[in-house]
Amino acid sequence: MSATTAPVRPEGAEDERLLRRSLLRRLAVRPELGALVGAAAVFLFFSVVADSFLQWSSFSTVLYGASTIGIMAVPVALLMIGGEFDLSAGVMVTSSALISSMFSYQMTANVWVGVGVSLLATLAIGFFNGILLTRTKLPSFIITLGTFLMLTGANLGFTQLIDGTVSTKTIADMEGFPSARKVFASHLTIGDVDLNVTVLWWFGLVALATWILLRTRAGNWIFAAGGNADAARAVGVPVNKTKIGLYMGVAFGAWIAGQHLLMSYDAVQSGEGVGNELLYIIAAVIGGCLMTGGYGSAIGAAIGAFIFGMTDKGIIYAQWNADWFKLFLGAMLLLAALLNAWVRKRAEASK
Amino acid sequence: MSTEHTPDEAAAARRPLVQLTEVSKFYGNVKALEGVSLEVHAGEITCVLGDNGAGKSTLIKIIAGLHQHDAGTFTIEGERTRLASPRAALDRGIATVYQDLAVVPLMPVWRNFFLGSEPTRGRGPFRRLDVAAMRETTRTELLRMGIDLRDVDQPIGTLSGGERQCVAIARAVYFGAKVLVLDEPTAALGVKQSGMVLKYVAAARDAGLGVVLITHNPHHAYLVGDHFVLLKRGAMAGSHAKAEIALEELTRQMAGGSELEQLSHELSRAVGPKGA
Repeated sequence: MSATTAPVRPEGAEDERLLRRSLLRRLAVRPELGALVGAAAVFLFFSVVADSFLQWSSFSTVLYGASTIGIMAVPVALLMIGGEFDLSAGVMVTSSALISSMFSYQMTANVWVGVGVSLLATLAIGFFNGILLTRTKLPSFIITLGTFLMLTGANLGFTQLIDGTVSTKTIADMEGFPSARKVFASHLTIGDVDLNVTVLWWFGLVALATWILLRTRAGNWIFAAGGNADAARAVGVPVNKTKIGLYMGVAFGAWIAGQHLLMSYDAVQSGEGVGNELLYIIAAVIGGCLMTGGYGSAIGAAIGAFIFGMTDKGIIYAQWNADWFKLFLGAMLLLAALLNAWVRKRAEASK
Repeated sequence: MSTEHTPDEAAAARRPLVQLTEVSKFYGNVKALEGVSLEVHAGEITCVLGDNGAGKSTLIKIIAGLHQHDAGTFTIEGERTRLASPRAALDRGIATVYQDLAVVPLMPVWRNFFLGSEPTRGRGPFRRLDVAAMRETTRTELLRMGIDLRDVDQPIGTLSGGERQCVAIARAVYFGAKVLVLDEPTAALGVKQSGMVLKYVAAARDAGLGVVLITHNPHHAYLVGDHFVLLKRGAMAGSHAKAEIALEELTRQMAGGSELEQLSHELSRAVGPKGA
């Protein structure tokens, strides 16, 4: 930009000053770049150290592992771009599965009725998180830490109260279970690759989230709500509604993941899910989301989840003790955060 | 400032876009603003001058709809009003550009330009941002204001402070603001950047907008202002048309008049006060 009134360029002509911006620079401003480089490095690493890593069957196992985290990492990434956290995301998956299973069993209803009730109940939990955040203006860390603890307790307490044990009764012989299993926990074979249906859910969510982020008004508002909420409000962006919507998006992801958890067996352990919320956040951060909000991408979060899947299964294929996994994950997170900080600096300096 | 116009003031007889008459604002028992009057006319720049704590921010918040006045009248195009929110002010054609709140730094220029009023195409689930039009409009509208941007895709945080202010002004003009309220647009800027911003303020005026320019710099105000309202400790310390007052007098009043002379006396061993 120059202070003088420059002559209007002919239509379509390139600005001569744009030549200075190389292809690398263009790539570097994409939030996914760091994750992509990381994914390539992890892939190469395990290809070398684990003989069976490059087989198709391993690939489908890695994809499945990635999808179970990725389904949640996508809405969690959107929420982080919107400037908030959700620590209740992990146990919300279990809650969703428990509600579905227990409703069907106790009411002897078709499994699909339980699935529907679970959707409404889980969305209500997300709405509760969002409304509490926007009304009280407390940090989301505190609010969702509260709902995290409440849901953890409720999961264990209600299951104990209703079923008398730590796990729900099997719903395998109930009406609608086979079709529900098909939708949430079946396998497809494409060529040599055996794909779990969760991979399709995951890809679908990534596509939907990317569309919302980059091509809709809501996407613009998500970036603005996380980037500078006051400025967004000043130009008329409904910041509170956007944030409530984001929490309900996380709840929707929790519903899908929860139904998968239930349908892949036929009962749910009430203590599951604790700690997973951090895995979702890690995937989002590795994928280029800033902890402070306003920057990131759904595709990046998906790559983050893929790195998670590769590391998780790669260690097993390399026949190492699985205890090493967390060490790897932690190192990966630090590297990703450093790389992101560096990339962002470069991006902001690309004047 | 008089609300009655004498017949020979033909030009001033037009109805002001925004008129504040004896407006006061109290925070509990603190008088933040008392008996302040000002008029904003289309195609004119009204400067509000005052030192820190003079009540400039309170005044701007009333006009922008963030606060409501407690006494006096606030009219928009002759209609008495009380703005409930910034959105209400925007709907009435009053756009406010805050120094810090103008933009979302990490978002591209074109997304910032349309933030909150994004055009869409298609319908139902395929309703999407009209990205091509948004990019093109951003480029042409900025060019029309004399801002030639290399790349509308760059994060707006990579622009200089002056450029960001200019984009925010261009945005307000494009979205049909009738009154533009600028909060200290030159406060954190260097000389050259300030000049750039003042040029776009003048461009907005020439486009027929009424401008309220809040500043503590009488030199900047005198360059573009048509009318000057001086605030001091929450009250009006003066209201002058440009023809009635010289820069030296404006600077003297702004800096506190006798206080400045006192300071000058105290500092007489040094080179002397700079004035602003």
